[in-house]
Amino acid sequence: MMGAGADATHESGVSHEWRGRAGMIGLIVAEGSLFAVFVVAHLFYIGKSLNGPYPRDVLQIPVVGTICLLASSATVALGARALARGDVRRSGLWLLVTAVLGAIFLAGTAREWYHLIYRDGVTIGTNLFGTTFYPLVGLHASHVIVGLVMLGLCCVFAATGVLRAVHAERVEMVSWYWHFVDGVWVVVLTVVYLIGR
Amino acid sequence: MNVHSPTLATAEATTPHTWLEHAHEWVVTVDHKRLGIMYVVSALVFFVIAGLEASLMRLQLAWPGLHIVPPETFNRLFTMHGTSMVFLVGIPIVFGFGNYLVPLMIGARDLAFPRLNAFGFWIFLFAGLLLHFSFLGGEGLYGSGSAPAVGWFAYAPLTSRAFTPGNATDYWNLSVFLAGVGTIGTAINIVATTLTMRATGMTLGRMPIFVWTMLTVSAMTLFILPPLSAAQIMLLLDRFLGAHFFDTQAGGSAVMWQHFFWFFGHPEVYVLMVPGFGFVSEIVPVFSRKVIFGYATLVAATVAIGGVALSTWAHHMFSVGMGSTLNTFFALSTMLIAVPTGMKIFNWLATMYGGRIRFRTPMLFCCAFLFQFLCAGLTGIMLSVAPFDWQLTDSYFVVAHFHFVLIGGLFFATFGAIYYWFPKVTGRMLSERLGRWHCWLFVVGFNLTFLTMHVQGLLGMPRRIYTYPADRGWEVWNLVTTLGVPLQIVATLILVVNIVVSLRRGKPAGDDPWDAWTLEWATTSPPPSYNFEAIPVVASRRPLWDLKHPDDPDGPHE
Amino acid sequence: MTPTPSIFDPVSTPAFAIRELSFLVFGITGVIFVVVAGLAVYTLVRFRGRRRAGDERREPPQIYGSTQIEIAWTVVPLLVVVVLFLVTARYIYGLERREVPAGALEVTIVGNQWWWEIRYPGLGIVTANELHVPVSDPSRPTPTFLTLQSADVVHSFWVPQLAGKMDVIPNKTNRMWIDPQTPGTYVGQCAEYCGTQHAWMLLLVVVHPRDEFDRWVAAQHAPAREDPAVRAGYQLFLSLACINCHTVRGTPANGVFGPDLTHLMSRRTIAAGAASNTREALRAWVDDPASIKPGALMPAMKLSSDELNRLTAYLLTLR
Repeated sequence: MMGAGADATHESGVSHEWRGRAGMIGLIVAEGSLFAVFVVAHLFYIGKSLNGPYPRDVLQIPVVGTICLLASSATVALGARALARGDVRRSGLWLLVTAVLGAIFLAGTAREWYHLIYRDGVTIGTNLFGTTFYPLVGLHASHVIVGLVMLGLCCVFAATGVLRAVHAERVEMVSWYWHFVDGVWVVVLTVVYLIGR
Repeated sequence: MNVHSPTLATAEATTPHTWLEHAHEWVVTVDHKRLGIMYVVSALVFFVIAGLEASLMRLQLAWPGLHIVPPETFNRLFTMHGTSMVFLVGIPIVFGFGNYLVPLMIGARDLAFPRLNAFGFWIFLFAGLLLHFSFLGGEGLYGSGSAPAVGWFAYAPLTSRAFTPGNATDYWNLSVFLAGVGTIGTAINIVATTLTMRATGMTLGRMPIFVWTMLTVSAMTLFILPPLSAAQIMLLLDRFLGAHFFDTQAGGSAVMWQHFFWFFGHPEVYVLMVPGFGFVSEIVPVFSRKVIFGYATLVAATVAIGGVALSTWAHHMFSVGMGSTLNTFFALSTMLIAVPTGMKIFNWLATMYGGRIRFRTPMLFCCAFLFQFLCAGLTGIMLSVAPFDWQLTDSYFVVAHFHFVLIGGLFFATFGAIYYWFPKVTGRMLSERLGRWHCWLFVVGFNLTFLTMHVQGLLGMPRRIYTYPADRGWEVWNLVTTLGVPLQIVATLILVVNIVVSLRRGKPAGDDPWDAWTLEWATTSPPPSYNFEAIPVVASRRPLWDLKHPDDPDGPHE
Repeated sequence: MTPTPSIFDPVSTPAFAIRELSFLVFGITGVIFVVVAGLAVYTLVRFRGRRRAGDERREPPQIYGSTQIEIAWTVVPLLVVVVLFLVTARYIYGLERREVPAGALEVTIVGNQWWWEIRYPGLGIVTANELHVPVSDPSRPTPTFLTLQSADVVHSFWVPQLAGKMDVIPNKTNRMWIDPQTPGTYVGQCAEYCGTQHAWMLLLVVVHPRDEFDRWVAAQHAPAREDPAVRAGYQLFLSLACINCHTVRGTPANGVFGPDLTHLMSRRTIAAGAASNTREALRAWVDDPASIKPGALMPAMKLSSDELNRLTAYLLTLR
């Protein structure tokens, strides 16, 4: 039977927030697929460099950065939950902590790359290790940067009073993105620093 | 049968528009219908350009030893032809129709993310213009400039700086990459829309088959397009930053490019073809006056194709030397996918069986599609038999096969779709008479060219050669192949004339000229910008059937 | 006159096997085509709508599906696929030969842009573009095993009458085998797009009876002929950049970028099939390769007409 039914936002019983969630899940699938190929390339080329320096000589597990990044997943979740409760101030603070932790992680990556290039002489063109290491870790770092930009915006909006509880779902989506970035790091850590060394 | 008020006395109709204001409206639009139209129109323009490129190639190959174009130009032509047809014609046609129809078919007012939709279109258009700008780059048009000449799948290490100096390959790399970004955005949009914005009562099991095909290919796109983008980033790094992803001199692997490319490339051709199946699944029932036979299995087959397609890619690499185990695995997966693909033909035949078939132009194209696609599928089965593929791959047999799939399959279905939905989009009917001429001329020309082409392959003619020796026994077949081209050109011109003339003087269509059953026919032709006065509530797969046959609605039968 | 390189005209076991397989495949697909196309034609004819008054409003009976029919048309194709797959697997494994039998000839093929280097490691012979092999007697086979390598990009070795194609990939070594059972000349060419002159990377396979093959080997094995009549041309050859790319055994010329020219005149074509091996073509080639094969990597030597004549006269003695 057809007739004037429920309009605009709540068709077929699927709530509105799932629109954004479906979109973010789609993005995560696509980005995951992108990372997967760089991971495969790295795995395939393990042990195939024709010359050094080799990973076991120059790589150290980035413990501090990893702890910061994984902890930031917890803080971003706290931030999203705080906003859902209506506590804008607390939410802004947790998001700020998240951003700082992410920035510490990035600083660690930058330091690592500086040493690799200037002290160890490993660039993207040095050998197959360099060729696959920098794009994979760099792709991840670029995603962290994008996340930092989004978190930064949220902090600014929180500080200026523009951020309100009604935006909780959007901040939740930012937190989902951030969780994805952390998940990718776990894979990169395993593949590059554990398996590949 | 009006579920809405017929008068469209809204503000938008009364303000006078200069052509500049009109153009501005289209440039800033986020309306899925307008974006859909722009996608399809752009795709048809690129279709004509790529078709001209192919015509030049066929002219050069009509007889051995011709000098219509120099070798380098020929190589650029086949690269541009393939790249354009896949990325600038096939994909935009599919996602253009999806853009237009999906919200209408599910009773929504637009896609989930309208601005992302607009972004996707404009980045695609930019990518297409960038790719074609390559003809002007370098030394310019004379000598065909810097257009890429590496083939549409751009195998490494031919694409490295060492073997392809200049920027031609970069045009290929960057424009395809950008087009891919746009496609991923549109795919996210369609997935989110179909999953969360269906009208009340429209469960997933009541969506039109076309919407299922768009959902499936959009989901596939999310998995398969990023690997191509990744490989292209790697190529970019190789060419500009001295990386060695595909640098065989540094221990890199040429085969790895092939794996990455075909992991994208094979599912991609299903992304192109499956919405064609969707078109046919909408048109055949209406023109047979019968409900689609076996909706559930059709949907299951569609999703199965989407999944299995991800496991078949290395059948493009049977001659690479992967070893018997891998060859056997990919032969199996490729043969398996023939089952859900082939049984759709049975679903369509069963739909027509016992029906009352009206042979209007959309149906004519669907009938042509049936036979051509049957051939395409069967030659595909031949190619899946790996040892047989060792002879057939990289020969004109494969070229014939995939043109049967993409023209005989996708394009015939798309032509049918154009005739079927043009009335909805424009409010006017296309000419039946011109439509018949278009159909028959194209069928004859197409088969003259591509049916014959199988023979050259069986006689040992490889692909991508700008000429061939006179003593191979290939001349006559090449000549016949070329003779089909003018017919297809004329047929395409007839379509263009039909569209242009009918825009002004076509018979007014009304809301539902074909007496169809899905939601897009429940609003005006063309629909208002908000699609429906009131979002309908549906109780079956054919909401309009229920309205027209209140005594025997679909619901209890499903 | 070389025959058309049809895949249905095999002379060697792999090609025979593939043709055999193709008959089964054509058979199966042919039956499917006849059945389905027949059903389609029948349906389209039988159920076309006829103009009868009052018919327009009445819809035919709506059939939503039939579980039995749908199962049937899923199971039957699946069975066909199982059969086809098992046969295919048998041929895949059957054609893969790992051990090299005694008496087999070993040849290494190196693909270059746009010519084929052909080495016989066991016989100390290097030639180009023409592959000479002994005929194989089916009762006591003497196959030829090919090791395929590339010096630059991806190529593909395809002589349809002998075997399916096998790609030639840098940084990867592929193996294939042939056992041509009929003497004669068979043609093929590169089957993977490899750049500008992919079209003119032809292959000629000459299959000799055993004694003829041994004579060919002996002739190829000999160092280059020395003919005092062309001394001037020979000196010119040594003084130019030719020796940087080409080898002529028995002379100081030992370059490896271009084809081995020791027995250049024993070949039927030059430029990998782009031209016949005649005096005129040779002279034109040396003068300006781009006139025959534009894009070829050999540079124009920019010689005077006189120098060209002398050089060509020398090359013509390299039988």
